[in-house]
Amino acid sequence: MDLILFIVFAMFAVASALGLILQTHPINSALSLIGVMGSLAVLYLLLGAEFIAAAQLVVYAGAIMVLFLFVIMLLNAGEERNPWKAPVVAYIGGPVVIFLIGAFVYLINFTLPPMRSVSFGDFTGGGPREIGMAIFTKYLLPFEVTSVLILIAIVGAMVLARKEID
Amino acid sequence: MHSLWLIPIFPLVGFLINGMLGRRFSKTVINTVAVGSVVLSFLWVLKALSALAPLNETYVEHYFTWISSGTLDIGFDFAIDRLTMVMLLVVTGIGSLIHVYATGYMAHEGGYYRFFAYLNLFMFFMLTLVLAANYVLLFVGWEGVGLCSYLLIGFYFLKKSASDAGKKAFIVNRIGDFGFSLAMFLIVISFGTLDFQKVFAKASTISPEVQYGSITTICLLLLVGAIGKSAQIPLYVWLPDAMEGPTPVSALIHAATMVTAGVYMIARSATLFERAPIAMDVVAYIGLATAVMAATIGLVQNDIKKVYAYSTVSQLGYMFLGCGVGAFSAGIWHVVTHAFFKALLFLGAGSVIHACAGEQDMQKMGGLMKKIPITFAVLFIAAMAIAGVPPLSGHYSKDAILMAAHARAPWMYWVGVVTAGMTAFYVFRSIFLTFFGEYRGKAHPHESPAVMWVPLAVLAVLSLIGGYAFNIPEFLSPVLPMHGGVHDESLATIATAAGLAGILLAAICYLFVPSIPGALASAFAPIYQTLYDKYYVDELYNVSIVKPIANGSREILWKGADVGVFDALVNGAGTTSMALGGLLRKMQSGNLRTYASWVLIGILLVMGGFAVYGGAK
Amino acid sequence: MPNVPVPLNYYLTLSAILFMIGAAGFIIRRNIITVFMSIELMLNAVNLTFVTFSYQFRQVDGHIYSFFVMVVAAAEAAVGLAIILTVFKNRSTLTIDDVSSMKN
Repeated sequence: MDLILFIVFAMFAVASALGLILQTHPINSALSLIGVMGSLAVLYLLLGAEFIAAAQLVVYAGAIMVLFLFVIMLLNAGEERNPWKAPVVAYIGGPVVIFLIGAFVYLINFTLPPMRSVSFGDFTGGGPREIGMAIFTKYLLPFEVTSVLILIAIVGAMVLARKEID
Repeated sequence: MHSLWLIPIFPLVGFLINGMLGRRFSKTVINTVAVGSVVLSFLWVLKALSALAPLNETYVEHYFTWISSGTLDIGFDFAIDRLTMVMLLVVTGIGSLIHVYATGYMAHEGGYYRFFAYLNLFMFFMLTLVLAANYVLLFVGWEGVGLCSYLLIGFYFLKKSASDAGKKAFIVNRIGDFGFSLAMFLIVISFGTLDFQKVFAKASTISPEVQYGSITTICLLLLVGAIGKSAQIPLYVWLPDAMEGPTPVSALIHAATMVTAGVYMIARSATLFERAPIAMDVVAYIGLATAVMAATIGLVQNDIKKVYAYSTVSQLGYMFLGCGVGAFSAGIWHVVTHAFFKALLFLGAGSVIHACAGEQDMQKMGGLMKKIPITFAVLFIAAMAIAGVPPLSGHYSKDAILMAAHARAPWMYWVGVVTAGMTAFYVFRSIFLTFFGEYRGKAHPHESPAVMWVPLAVLAVLSLIGGYAFNIPEFLSPVLPMHGGVHDESLATIATAAGLAGILLAAICYLFVPSIPGALASAFAPIYQTLYDKYYVDELYNVSIVKPIANGSREILWKGADVGVFDALVNGAGTTSMALGGLLRKMQSGNLRTYASWVLIGILLVMGGFAVYGGAK
Repeated sequence: MPNVPVPLNYYLTLSAILFMIGAAGFIIRRNIITVFMSIELMLNAVNLTFVTFSYQFRQVDGHIYSFFVMVVAAAEAAVGLAIILTVFKNRSTLTIDDVSSMKN
């Protein structure tokens, strides 16, 4: 069951990712990205990361992607000239990417020490309770720093996007 | 703890305050800070000494470990024993007097705060030198006083001769310091430590046969350092030129304290020198030769400060002679008495120069006795003291040195006696030329203010009774055992007579029959000219050392090595970088995707590295 | 149906594939927004790695890291999209090749 779920959602994620970079219209790309995020959320669940899976859906697929769609529509971004038809991309870029993926796969599968296998429900340390405990004890300072970062980002976004900018 | 560190800290604080803020201060504030800090450290010396009396043992204060390297451990330690105590009292006591004097002398000079800041800095380093409990700390003070000497000689830095004299002093001293550093290295190799007490303890246990050679070498190298600092042959040339500095500086640094640092260092290392008879002989010969040579030059100089400068060199030669014949405590005694009367001579000369509106040529003075009577009185006392007239201070210390010299070798005694006669002659020549006869200058002499003559009076009293009241050799006997030289009345009488004869001769030549000097000078013109031109030593050094170095630097090092090799290398490096940079510049397309591709290539390389070296194990 | 456990290597491999696809998109695409989305894809791939290793070591720390990554990504998206808006306002283009003023 785990394997089937993994394969299904992994395939879906890869397919959506390819869709993201192959589609010419930004809206389609954005929707593909949402697909990737959704399938990743399922995979997180399989890994026992309940909180992260929820946050992935709420924050990423929800908030951030909506922001993207909003900007795309606001700017009325049109279709892009298909970049894959350029010979450099087709004959050099493609092989390089495939080679790199192969290299990664080789490194992961043949040089890493043996790893566990995932079965659903085996690891339950990723619930909100555990996350909360970790964030508010061990990672309190980074957490607070993050809030400052977000504050700065808010101010920065307002400064950048306000109307009277030259 | 008696907080010995406070002694040098007071002047340092004074230096910092005056040096950083002095520009904004009024002269009163500067005076208070400068004089106050030195007086405070004098008082603290007195307090520490009264608490430590009778000081039969060396008292050490360890503050922190300064350098720790392998087995070598150098602490920031101050130590105090009787020898240190004598030097401390001389440095802070005379230093205070000269500071007070300087407030009057420098009253109308520019750079007032700068002068006192440097003077306080000098006091700091001099006290560090004296208090140091190891050679390295002593060397810190040693270099520091050299620096202050340089700064103060070149105080009138707009005058080329002054800045040149400062550089000369600094460079000549480097030669001595080089010897001193080598000596320290050799001490580390031989004894494994630089602490005075440990070095001397180890030195006194080994038999002369074992370490004979290395101790002699150490002593000779230390002597090189002392020669540079204390202006002995062949490195004395900087001291006469150092008179370009303000007169209080000449008195404090170039007569009373810094130049005696060499003698102090030799006396401090007495344990080593006693085990190196050859080095002792060299010390004695150099001292004697310097004493005679400087005295002969002093006979014919016309600049009042130059006369006293050569007199200082000559008296330092006496101190070296004393140390060289084993009478270290006599040498220190002479350091003390010399500090009294030579500081007095210089300050008096400063008062004379002050009175004559900056004139230093004695031939343009004369007849000043009635115009500046106090200055005349104190200078006369100082002259009597240096001439060795009993019972003034110089008589005792000089006698002690001469007795020790006689015990070592009678001919040294006789040379010393003749030199004493010459000393008396030229000092009284300066007195007679300055104060007797008719006034030959143009300015209108006036007596100095009280702030100047009161220190002079105190020094005069010290010069009068200093020898009789302070029996330094006896006081120092726990530290520096007195060797040789039982007091012999007839020898003492001969020495005194030589001094009196010198005075008499000077009186005849410059008071009663003023034609004699001119006649002598023309009769022995070559000799006179040689003496007047200081044996042409400066010219000799110039031709034999300075010119070859300068020309070699210019022709070979500059035009050959620097332009030909190093500049070519540097320019070549520049050109290569430009060319490479031009290539790399093409990478910077400004195109985001190109940059990303470079990043990707970087990842490729890293992964290649991982793959080759077997991944993350 | 038997429950076949999935080796963690598979997850890492998936993560690598997603990352490389994101990288390729970043380099090849010209639309600023798509490029930005490729970055998000790469961040997601890295998040997956964090969570995977968290499972391997039975620790919650990896989750925290990916949580922080999300937070940073949110902040980045806010600022980045604001920058894109500004660029568009000033240059009326979304093609990054036209925005090469970093040179000179």
